[in-house]
Parts: sequence; structure tokens; C-alpha cells
Amino acid sequence: MSMPSPSSRPRSGLRLLLTGSLFIGGIIPLWATLEAAPEGPKLGVSMPQESIRDLDISVFPDGTGLPQGKGTAVEGKTQFEALCTGCHGVKGSGGSAEELVGRSPLNGARPDQTVGNYWPYATTIFDYIRRAMPLNAPLSLSYDQVYALTAYLLYLNGIVTDTEEMNAITLKAVQMPNRDGFYSVWGNGGH
Amino acid sequence: MNRSPTLPEDDLQPVAGGGLLDRRMFLRHGVALGGAGLGFLAFDVGGADLPLWMKTPGGPLTHYGQPSPFEKEAIRFLSANTQAPGHGVSWTPLHRLEGTITPNGLHFERHHNGVPTIHPEQHRLRLHGLFSKPIQLSLEQLLRYPMISRQCFVECGGNSHAGWHEEPIQTPVGYFHGLASSSEWTGIPLSILLDEAGLQPEARWLVAEGADAGAMNVSIPIEKALDDTLLALYQNGERIRPEQGYPMRLILPGFEAVLNVKWLQRLQAVKEPLMSRNETAKYTELEPSGKARQFTFVMEAKSIITQPSPGFQLKGPGLYQISGLAWSGRGTIRRVEVSADGGRSWAPAALQEPLLSKCFTRFRLPWRWDGAPLILKSRAIDDTGYQQPERSTLIAERGQRGYFHYNAIVAFAVESDGSLRHVYA
Ligand code: HEC
Repeated sequence: MSMPSPSSRPRSGLRLLLTGSLFIGGIIPLWATLEAAPEGPKLGVSMPQESIRDLDISVFPDGTGLPQGKGTAVEGKTQFEALCTGCHGVKGSGGSAEELVGRSPLNGARPDQTVGNYWPYATTIFDYIRRAMPLNAPLSLSYDQVYALTAYLLYLNGIVTDTEEMNAITLKAVQMPNRDGFYSVWGNGGH
Repeated sequence: MNRSPTLPEDDLQPVAGGGLLDRRMFLRHGVALGGAGLGFLAFDVGGADLPLWMKTPGGPLTHYGQPSPFEKEAIRFLSANTQAPGHGVSWTPLHRLEGTITPNGLHFERHHNGVPTIHPEQHRLRLHGLFSKPIQLSLEQLLRYPMISRQCFVECGGNSHAGWHEEPIQTPVGYFHGLASSSEWTGIPLSILLDEAGLQPEARWLVAEGADAGAMNVSIPIEKALDDTLLALYQNGERIRPEQGYPMRLILPGFEAVLNVKWLQRLQAVKEPLMSRNETAKYTELEPSGKARQFTFVMEAKSIITQPSPGFQLKGPGLYQISGLAWSGRGTIRRVEVSADGGRSWAPAALQEPLLSKCFTRFRLPWRWDGAPLILKSRAIDDTGYQQPERSTLIAERGQRGYFHYNAIVAFAVESDGSLRHVYA
């Protein structure tokens, strides 16, 4: 899989015309009549960046998208016991859903892959809990609740203390134990 | 599985061990084989022996047809979370299907939190982030865009994961390899919409998000988004079904299914991937070293014999047709080889045309079973020259903890009683 550089990217509706090009005798572009990507009718309604702010719930490793709010593990414990233990077990272990706690080495025999030993970014915990958990009521948690639950999972995994406040500044600064545990197959000459 | 004792001996000379015959044999004798067994329908004017359904008017017309009530076993196999019935997978019964198109009602499912009921008039697709003109589009607007159709497979990155187990799983092939299905998808080349919104040159990824309860999100490399990615609105001619992403989903031919985001509502162009849960905690493959492969998008070449396969029973020695599926996320299947002696010798199977890139390809081969126990295997080779690996090779390379992207050669032992069993051989 080759990775064209950004500058080589065709910029118009003719783009499909340019992929998979095949010349017969070097002259007749046989595919041109078959494959030309037609112009779209351009019906998209333009949308100012501000108007999407409420709908944009993405949180990136550099902290982009983290909202105002804060919470500690002490607060998170109460939330977790009320909302999460039913599926994830007390202290995030032994439930019917994923194990959320564990620090056993990844090169050992059959390690659980958890927030503690596997997840490379703390921001992912926030992004995921906010959009997807609790499974029976996604998008129901306040930002403070999500920060507190994130802090609690980090605490259970021995990554922060129970009183360390998680907020838009501190969360992105958390160094996860497995931060360097991944290598990208895409873009490295292979699949 | 056809069986006929009436072929000329010349054609029954094996081309490889275990009784594999020339792949062209059924073509030469198609008529003779087809004719066998028609005798009992001989017409009789009295009609006494004619079946009941010829003597009473049949059922009424229907608005939407259903499979024969006698095909109750051609169904998806569900494996869901007991505390959350919408969280789980359902498997395509590949062992009950022929050809290369998966019926829409049998396309595999992977839902993270159920199938949303989305009102098409309220749904919007929004493109924002590194675009010069962020836009939103309704379904009605999108239906006016130019569309193309293409046939391709969609396969979950976790398909065939039982292959990593220590012991070979004993289950019909569809419930082992059926997190893969193949359809004709119709929709808008995504590049048209990206151009309209003015994709900026520094954008390297698109974060795609669904409108399900969980807002499933994942990062897509821009090269793929601009290449052959479709915003699909139709599947096999009809509007995409709710469990496949109604009213719209992404189709990234050859890429693991999690990137083919269903119920698509948002595309955010960015410089760096989001590192979402489903591209870090999941859909990454832990290797024995403790490091994990990430962004392993392309589904490598795979082939599976679908019949005969575990759960079926051969009815004594004689002529059978081996039939199976092969596909590759890198391109077109160039060759499928079948072995009936555990891999000592191989014979090329006939490939059903047309041969389509990143699509299910049906292979078939005649086989005369002499009743002795043996081991059947198939292996696929794609047009990049990539050959489906033996299980031992794959494990030597990746270990057994990776869970995702298992594509090793599959072996079935045929027992002398005609039963079949999945084996590691
Ligand atoms: C009704 C059951 C249920 C409840 C309640 C629930 N979860 Fe979950 N949780 C799940 C399931 C099932 C998954 C796996 C989802 C998937 O694979 O798509 C999951 C996944 C997760 C994950 C990702 C784990 C991983 O390793 O990928 C996190 C983190 C999480 N839940 C946190 C929470 C928190 C925090 C709460 C409470 C606010 C909560 N969950 C409540 C069922 C539940």
C-alpha cells in the first residue's frame, strides 16, 4: 500500500479519473469515459465551525476536545459503584463486561489487555466513557462525572493518586504505562 | 453436493492426491449431472402421483418475500452479551450459501450497543474540521449525488479469531469465518463530498462517527478516504438495512469492517488519529514481544471450503463438488488451490467469474472420495502474489494473543464415516 504525499493529492472531482489509470497504446485513456467521477451537485449546506461545537464529542491525545470540568478518583468511586459495577464488577474486575483493571506484563502468558497495561492514552478513556458508557445510558454523564470516572479508572490501575484532579490540563498530561506499546502497520510499507 | 456415479473413466483420473479431479470436469459434464434425478418428475396425465402443491392454489403475493420455510437453518448465529442483547455479533451462515452475494438479511452484524432506529429526515451527515467549507447534508440531498456500485466483501477484523485457540473449534464454518459477507454497495464516492467541503492539504485522517448509542468512532487514513471509499446508501439494490447502517454507512473495500462506520453522521478531518478505543484497546494485535500492531487495516487473503465442511455428512464414496470462498483485501484472487492429502499435493480450483477486486470469489473443484480418511485444505493467492499462510507460519510470526486478523489455511479431516472435523494439520 503506497502512501501518496499530501501534495500529490488531486484536488478536484477528476480524482477518480486519475486513479488506476490505464493507457492503451499510450494514447487512448479507455477508462476515461467509464470511470470519470462526475461533479456532485454541491448541495451541502455550509456550517460555521461554531455550530458544530455541541455535536463534536471527539477528544484527541493532545487534549483537543476536552471540555471544562474536573473530578478525582474519590468522587469517581461513588459514581462507579452506582453506575458501572453491575457490568464491570466491583473495582472494575470480574464483571460480565470488559476487565478495566490490570497491570500484568503484556509479554507474559495470556495477559488481560486493560486500561492499565494496554491503553496508550488517558484521553481515550474520557472520549470513550463520555460517548459510550454506561452502556444502558450513553451520553448521560456530566463532564465532571466523566472526569471523575476517568480518574477512578486511572487510580484503580495505579496511574494517579485518589486525590489527583483530572481536568482538561491534567488528563492530557497523564503518561500511560503502555504509551509506546504500539507500532503502526499502515504507512510502514505493509499491511 | 452433487454426486453421480455415471461419468466416463477418463475424467475421473485424479490431478492431485486424495481424489481431486480436473477443475473443468463439471463444465464438460454439466448437462449429464444436471439430468440425474429428474426421473421421478415424469408427467402423468392422471396426476395421482403428482405432489399436493400442484393440486391446490399456492400462497398469495407478498410485499416482501421471505426464504422458504424449509430453509430455517440458513440463519445468522447470534453471540450477544446477556446483559446487553444489542452488544455482540451475528455470523453469516457461509456454509449454507452459494455464489458470492450475501443476502441482506444474512449479512453479519457487529453492534456495540444495538441497532438504532434512525429517522431518515432527521439524520444529517456533517463534514467539519480541516475543511475550508464545513457542510452538512441531508439524506434527501445526498440521494441527488452521482453514485456508483461496486461489489466487495466486508470482514470484521476479529473474523476467524477462534483459529488462534489451542484446540480447533468444532462449529460450522459460517460460525467460525462468517464475520465476513459480500454485497453490491451503491453510493457516492466519498472524494466528491470531501472535495465539495474543501478538504485541506494538511488533513491526514478522517474521524468517522456513527449515530448509534455509543457513537462508534474510528480514524480513517485520508489516502483510503480519497481512493475507493464509498458513502453507501444501498445494499444489493435496496436501501441499507438498519442493522447495516441505515440510512448511510461507509464502505472501505478491503479494510477491516470497523472502519466501515455504520449510521455515519460525522466526518472530522484532522492531522493525527483520534486514538479511539476501537483503534487502541481493540483492533490492535498484541505480539509475543509485548508490542502491538496498530492500524492493521487491510484484510489479508483468506479462503475457506464451505462445502463439504464440518456439520455436513458425506453419503459414501463417490463424486462430490468442493466449493468455497476466497477473498483478499489487497486485490483480486488470482488462484485458489485445494489439497485432499493434508497439503502434500495441491490442485487449482476453478474460479467463478467475474473475478472482482476485494470481493468474495467462489471456487469449485470436483472430487472423487474413495471413502478413506483424509485432510482437505484450501489456500488463496492474490494478484499481489501474497499467499495465504499455514497456521504454523502465521503463529510463528504473530504469536497467539493478537485475536484479530487470523487468515491461516483451514483444514478439515474427512472421517471414513463421512463426517468432517476442523483440525490443525
Ligand atoms: C449494561 C452493562 C454496562 C454498564 C452499566 C457499563 N458498562 Fe462499560 N462496557 C460494557 C460493555 C459490554 C463493554 C464492551 C463494549 C464494546 O465492546 O463495544 C464496555 C466497555 C467499557 C470500557 C472499555 C473497556 C475496554 O477495555 O475496551 C470502559 C472504559 C467502560 N466500559 C467503562 C464503563 C464505565 C465508567 C461505566 C459506568 C459509568 C460503565 N462502563 C458501565 C458494559 C457496561
